Amino acid sequence: MLDVKAGDEQSFTLLLYRYRSPLVNFLYRMVRNREQAEDLAQEVFLRVYRAREDYVPSAKFTTWLFRIATNLALNSVRDTRYQRMEISLDAPVMLDAEDGEEKTLDVAEKHPNIEQHLVEETQKKMIRHAIEKLPEKQRAAVLLHKYQELDYGEIAKILQCSESALKSLLFRAYETLRVELAPLVAQHGK
Amino acid sequence: MEKKILGYVDGRLKESERLEVEKHLAACAGCRLRANEFRAVSGLLDELPMIEPSEAFDLRVHARVAAEPLKQSWWAWFTSSPRVAVAAAMLLLASVWVGTHSTNNQPQIAQEDIPVLENLDVLSSFDVLSELPPPVQADDGGQQQNPQM
Repeated sequence: MLDVKAGDEQSFTLLLYRYRSPLVNFLYRMVRNREQAEDLAQEVFLRVYRAREDYVPSAKFTTWLFRIATNLALNSVRDTRYQRMEISLDAPVMLDAEDGEEKTLDVAEKHPNIEQHLVEETQKKMIRHAIEKLPEKQRAAVLLHKYQELDYGEIAKILQCSESALKSLLFRAYETLRVELAPLVAQHGK
Repeated sequence: MEKKILGYVDGRLKESERLEVEKHLAACAGCRLRANEFRAVSGLLDELPMIEPSEAFDLRVHARVAAEPLKQSWWAWFTSSPRVAVAAAMLLLASVWVGTHSTNNQPQIAQEDIPVLENLDVLSSFDVLSELPPPVQADDGGQQQNPQM
């Protein structure tokens, strides 16, 4: 980042290459919409670029980067909370594909073990929905803790709370996930 | 203990804390079960695959960065455009020249006035002035200055 601050455009490209995937994944799991996640990730990089001259390395770059991303994601989730469409129980069965495209389930799809595939996809869908149901701050804490592997101090700075409050937040989130995923937990725990 | 169970599950506790939790788990079946369930939840979260950003992602970021207005200091503005710098320098020189030229004229006018001021005696004993009719309204000071009238 200090090279970017010094005006090295190539270093910005390296930052983009290094952090685009973690950022897009984090934002995708926060807002559950691929297009929106990419727009937000672009906004994060744009803000990093704009702030390059004022950047002071007082904290780790990842902390700063994910703080921008988390604030954008939380604002976006709050803005769209009441606009999101409820998925109708009568709607045709869809596979919520991780490539971002909703696929209609094709029974005739060539798959070595269609039943196993269905079970796995249903399981992934349950996990995604369990994460999605968490309150925004708990969701952000779980995603930063589990997928970005940031330490407690970094996550606490990103979420602007104490380490103790963060640990309570994570405990409550895991408690909720444990209850929501109880059938899978029992299966997985065997 | 609840704040340490997750740290124990994901291996982020210090050695002393880990030993403390293990000691507790050995004696507490409820916490032992909770730790196993958290481990299972953590394993389930691992099953979600990552997505890849779209191919156009980098291009879009670079396009948005390129569209940003350039943020330069005034000095950088001069150095990046020599013609503007030359024009500004010429303007500055012209301003200095005009300023210097106009200030040189003022002392000349003052010097021309000096001989008139130096001949006040001539002016006070000028006959034509004594022949002038008295002023219509003269204040006290004026009367003191003309005692003959």
